[in-house]
Amino acid sequence: MRVAPTFNVALRALRRNKMRSVLTALGIIIGVGAVIAMVGIGNGAKAQVEAQIASLGENVILIFSGSTTSSGIRTGWGGAGTLKIEDAEAIRREVPGVIGVSEEVVSTTQVAAGNQNWFTRIFGESADYFDIRQWPLADGVPFTPQDVRSANKVCVIGRTTATQIYGNENPIGQILRIKNVPFTITGVLTPKGLSPQGVDQDDIVVMPYTSAMKRVIGGTTLRNINVQIGDPGQIPAAQQQIISLLRQRHNIRPGRDDDFTVRTQQEIAETATATSRVMTVLLGAIAGVSLLVGGIGIMNIMLVSVTERTREIGVRMAVGARGNDILTQFLIEAVTLSSVGGIIGIVCGIGASSVLSIYAHWPTLISVASIAIAFLFSAAVGVFFGFYPARKAAALDPIEALRYE
Amino acid sequence: MNNGALVRLIDVHKVYHTGEMEVPAVRGVSLEIKRGEFVALMGASGSGKSTLMNILGCLDRPSSGSYFLNDADVSGLDRDRLADIRNRKIGFVFQNFNLLPRTSARENAELPLVYSTQRLSHAQLREKADGVLASVGLTGRGDHYPSQLSGGQQQRVAIARALINEPEILLADEPTGNLDSRTSVEIMAIFQQLNERGITIIMVTHEQDIAAYARRNINMRDGLILDDHVVSKRTNAATQIQNLSVNPTLVEPI
Repeated sequence: MRVAPTFNVALRALRRNKMRSVLTALGIIIGVGAVIAMVGIGNGAKAQVEAQIASLGENVILIFSGSTTSSGIRTGWGGAGTLKIEDAEAIRREVPGVIGVSEEVVSTTQVAAGNQNWFTRIFGESADYFDIRQWPLADGVPFTPQDVRSANKVCVIGRTTATQIYGNENPIGQILRIKNVPFTITGVLTPKGLSPQGVDQDDIVVMPYTSAMKRVIGGTTLRNINVQIGDPGQIPAAQQQIISLLRQRHNIRPGRDDDFTVRTQQEIAETATATSRVMTVLLGAIAGVSLLVGGIGIMNIMLVSVTERTREIGVRMAVGARGNDILTQFLIEAVTLSSVGGIIGIVCGIGASSVLSIYAHWPTLISVASIAIAFLFSAAVGVFFGFYPARKAAALDPIEALRYE
Repeated sequence: MNNGALVRLIDVHKVYHTGEMEVPAVRGVSLEIKRGEFVALMGASGSGKSTLMNILGCLDRPSSGSYFLNDADVSGLDRDRLADIRNRKIGFVFQNFNLLPRTSARENAELPLVYSTQRLSHAQLREKADGVLASVGLTGRGDHYPSQLSGGQQQRVAIARALINEPEILLADEPTGNLDSRTSVEIMAIFQQLNERGITIIMVTHEQDIAAYARRNINMRDGLILDDHVVSKRTNAATQIQNLSVNPTLVEPI
C-alpha cells in the first residue's frame, strides 16, 4: 500500500476545498462537542450526587416512619408517626454493631434574633448526629448528650442561617428565638452545599430532638431514626435485625406490611446515581443523534465530491492508481474530516461545559475516557460514512470516468 | 517469441453488451508495433479506433484475442495488474489534457510517481518533475496552475506527466483536438522530438494533416484495419515552425 503519498493527496484535496471541508467538519464538531458537553454535564451531576450521598455519612441506615409500600393508605416517608423514641433506644440497646443513633424530627419555622428573622428548617437530633453525618462544626461546640437528656435550649446553626441572621457577626453565644423560645447558639456547622434534591443543606438549625419536640414542634413521634454501623460488613445483618425488632415492637403480624421503611445509604446512593446515569445516557444519546447527522453530512459531501471528481479519478486510474489507492484516498479524506472535526469538537465541548459550570454553576465532569471515546467514535463515523462513497469511487471504470463531463 | 515487437495484437475482438444487443467494436485486429515507431491510428468515429486505443492503453481488456506488451501477455490481467502496467509502461495524453485543477503543473507531472513502486524523496520528486517539464519547454512553470496556462502549455504539462515514469509507449488520444493549428504544430514538434529520442508513440487522430507527422498510419473502419502504410511525405514540425516565424501567414487560417 502506498499510504503516505495517498495521505498527502487526500489532504491536498481537502485543502483545495477549504470552505466545504470546514462546513463538513462543522457537523462533526457540533456533534462531538455536544456529546462531550452533555456527557460532561451528566457525569458532573452524577459525581455531585455521589458526593452528596457520601455526605449523608458513612455506613448509615435510615429508618423512616410509615411505609411506602403499605397496602392501605400510602403515606410518604416519615408521614405517619409510627416511630417512637423508645424504638430508637431499643435499636441502640439491642442491635449489634450500632455505634451511633440519632432520633430525628424536622420542621420549618420562622426564627428571629434582634431585628432579623429568617424562615428555616429545624432539625431535632441526638448528639450522635454530627458524627453520623460526618458534619463537623466550623466554629463553637456541638450540643451534648446532657443537653439532649435535659432538653436544653441550645442549638447549632448552618452557615446560610448564620449569614442571613447575623451577617458577619459571630453568632456563637447569641440568642436565637424560635417560636418565641430563646435558644443559645453553641456552634456553626461547616458548609455542606446543596443536597441531591437541590436543597441548601446549610439553611438549618440543629437542636436536641427533645428540645425540638417539647419546645418547638410538639408531638411524640419521630420522623426518622439515623443509625450508624461500625463495620460495613454488618450492615445487611443490622438492617434485618432492625426490621424484626421494629416489627416486634410495633406488634406487626407476619404477612402484614411494615409501618416503617428501612433504607441503607447504599440503596439511596444507587437510586440517586441510577437517575443521573439515565440522564447522562439520555443527554449523550441526543447529542449522539447530532453526531450521526454530522456523519451523514460527511457521506453526502463525499458522494458529491466523488461525482465532481470523476474525471480526476479517471486520470489517477489511467496513470496507475489501483482501486485500493482511490478507496484509501477518499477514506482518508472522510476520516480526516471527521477526526479533525472530532478534535475541534472535543475542545469546543470542553469549552462549552466549562462555560456552563462557570456561568450557570452546573457541575461538569469530563473524563479522559469520554474524550477518547468521542475521538474514536468520530474517526469511526468517518470510516463508516466515508466507506460507501470511497468504494463507489474505487469501482469506477477508468474509461467511463475519463469520458465523464 | 521475441521478434522485437513492443506491441503485438493477435486477432483482438471487443464486443460491448448494451442490454440485449451485442455491439462489436473491434472485430479481429492483428497488429505489430516495434519500439521507436510513431504510429497514427486513424478512422471515423465508430471505426473502433478509440476502443483499440483503450485496449492498447490497458484501460480495457479484449473480449478475445491476445495482447502482448513487451512479450508479456496482458490480455488476461486483472484491474490491479493493468493499473501497474499503465503506471510503469504507458503514458497517456488526452484531447482535453485532463490535468487536476487547482494543482500545480509540477504536482500534475508528479502524479504517476504517487502510484509508482519506487520511493522517491520530496526533493527527488521535484527534480524529476522539473526535468520533464523542462524537456517539454516549460522551464520555470512548475508552480503555475492549469488555469494560468494556455491550452498548449497545459498539453505540455500532460505530456510531461506521461513521460515522468519513462514509459514504453506514449499513447495520445486526439492530442491536438482542442488546440489551434499553431499550437498543434508545436505539440507535434515535441512528439517528433521525443520519437527521435526513441520513445514509441501511438496517436489517435482523425485529421489527415496531423497524421502526417507520424511515421506510420493505420486506418480503421468498422472495427477492422483498412489500411496500414508508412508515411512517405512526412511533415517536419520543427521546419514548419521555422517557416512560420519567417512567414506567419503560412499556417495561420484554420
